[in-house]
Amino acid sequence: MWYLCVFYHRLLDYRRPEVESLAELFSREEVDRGSSPLVEWMLPEKHHMDSPFHFVSLPSEDIARKIASRSLLVKGIYELWGQGTDYEELEQAIKEYPEDRKLPYLTEDCTFKIIVDSFGKVISSQEQNERIHGLSYIPFKGRVNLKKPDHKFWLMETDDYGSNNGLPPVLQKTIFFGLEVGAANRSLLPTYQLKSRKYIGPTAMDAEIAFLMANQGLAGPGKLVYDPFVGTGSILVAAAHFGAMTMGADIDIRVVRDGRGPNCNVWTNFEQYNLPEPIGLLRADNNPPPWRPGLKEMFDAIICDPPYGVRAGMQCWLIVPDEKRVDHIPSTAPYSLTECVHDLLDLSAKMLVMGGRLVFFYPVSREDGVMNSIKYPEHPCFKLVYSCEQILSSRYGRHLLTMVKVGVYTKEVEEVAKERHREFKENHAKWLEEGNLHSAVFESNDGISKFDRDSKPKYRGKEIFSYCNATIGIICINIISKQALEASYTLKFKPTFDRTVLMTKIKKIDISPAKKVMEQQKSQQLYNSMSSHEDLTNVAMLMIHNPLLICIMCDLSYVIFDASINQSSALLITYNVAFD
Amino acid sequence: MRLLTHNMLSCNIKGVTNGFPLKLEADKWVTKEVDLNADFLRGVFPKIEWPALVAAARALDYGDLPEQADGSMLTSEDFLRRFHHALLELHVEEGALVCPETGRRFPISKGIPNMLLHEDEV
Repeated sequence: MWYLCVFYHRLLDYRRPEVESLAELFSREEVDRGSSPLVEWMLPEKHHMDSPFHFVSLPSEDIARKIASRSLLVKGIYELWGQGTDYEELEQAIKEYPEDRKLPYLTEDCTFKIIVDSFGKVISSQEQNERIHGLSYIPFKGRVNLKKPDHKFWLMETDDYGSNNGLPPVLQKTIFFGLEVGAANRSLLPTYQLKSRKYIGPTAMDAEIAFLMANQGLAGPGKLVYDPFVGTGSILVAAAHFGAMTMGADIDIRVVRDGRGPNCNVWTNFEQYNLPEPIGLLRADNNPPPWRPGLKEMFDAIICDPPYGVRAGMQCWLIVPDEKRVDHIPSTAPYSLTECVHDLLDLSAKMLVMGGRLVFFYPVSREDGVMNSIKYPEHPCFKLVYSCEQILSSRYGRHLLTMVKVGVYTKEVEEVAKERHREFKENHAKWLEEGNLHSAVFESNDGISKFDRDSKPKYRGKEIFSYCNATIGIICINIISKQALEASYTLKFKPTFDRTVLMTKIKKIDISPAKKVMEQQKSQQLYNSMSSHEDLTNVAMLMIHNPLLICIMCDLSYVIFDASINQSSALLITYNVAFD
Repeated sequence: MRLLTHNMLSCNIKGVTNGFPLKLEADKWVTKEVDLNADFLRGVFPKIEWPALVAAARALDYGDLPEQADGSMLTSEDFLRRFHHALLELHVEEGALVCPETGRRFPISKGIPNMLLHEDEV
């Protein structure tokens, strides 16, 4: 059956894979698929792939309902009663829709509600009422119930929403009218948001992304989900929320055990949400893994964010000038990043059940992606089913790769995998080696910030760390205002970089007094409005467009900065917090 | 550490050929309730080294597992409940896992075994 699937306008790449994954999860036992695809897609006429409106064919209404209620990116799934480019056309379509589909929902004994919605535009309540009254040709016999109706009908339109959402302009107005089959419940996001979580680290996975990962990994009751880079457990929290049993390992004992005191560790993150705690946590390396020889096919899914060393591990990172970068070695590079991916693939090939999923993030240089097609790591046991990009800056992004285990792991496979890995490493992964990834993320084009390498602050993370968990995740100050800089010191946060060095840099920028006042106000507003991790993205954008702001960030659990700002007056100071 | 984890781990020090099962020395353990999922238990059963599970459960004073088990027992609710309890509900908080071949001790602290090897052991 075909449905209208309306998405939230975010994380566009992740939308269809999430629906398809959930369809697979919910129909594993119920439907004998034969050879026909489980999910089919179509776009409404003249709609772009990034449009929120998609038509989707799903195995059953029950599955449609389940998908909608578990999905993060589906706003609702609707049985379409009619569509048109204007209201006359819509009326015609609704009248032509089969009576036997409509009548059961229009009877006297059921209550209903009509909701008017539009994409990218606000409709006044008066207009909404007019539109609802315009539907009087539908023979509703039941009573209206706004609070708890038996059936919800949606009148949705997309029309001239301007260009500020990044979509191609609307070529044609479309109006949809449909019966709600299932709707999303995003209320779990405020519950799980990182800022209210007791124990997070610099690489804690954003709650929404963690849930998307768990969905693509088909986490559910009776499944065992493993995260070999468990950190503070954010991915396993999402998997446990969906009923899976979880197991995690980490090489760093401070992460998995001590946390930040007796009541602030990975275990308490599960307690906080009243979730079953992980079945197992251990301190172990993936090379060699701690599993007994012969053990295989234990996990239903392996979901993780491998430590590519972009965020965690660096004591403190300041813009490193090009000439200094040559010998700049990130402190966490125990073994090369490509080896890390190889070990992950090999471990997963062995330890996943057939049909089990490996879901992990893979860093991608966007410049590389523009010039050549992106090459992902491969393994003979795995088939890549999805790759979803998350753009983190103009030159760096990460792709969420979802792979399905399709081949049994054998000694021969192990050899083939090694060979492929060698080939991949030599031909496609150069940019991942050594400091290249860091350069891609943090490289600066300007020449102003020539911090002396020896004056780089060296501090232990404790003090900063306690700050990290505070609600305020960011301090923006105006580089032209010394007072503002001073003021920020009172905010619990003591930057330990060499102040005189910073001041010298600041003095070099001179702008008009009027502009100065404006900038001060702007940074104040920015600071006041800072409430969530999501805001960090906005700040990052603002910084790129506004070279006069200096930003001292803590808790970079979300945003990776692109420091490649062209204006010479821009200066970014980014603090990453290590666990020691 | 649950006994499921124990059943999966071995001492992988270079040169060790017989690193499984690790001897469980438990100083402190508790019972933590976990929802029983029969499908999971049936799926995981063939992957479990049964004698190792029986021995580990004994080390935690739980003797209600049969000496030997085969797939036909999975139809018994009583068996499933015991298997579930031994595998997932007994939680070792403090103790150690000892390599049967070398005697190398892997400490368990706050419920987390430390399986990390020293550089010269890899």
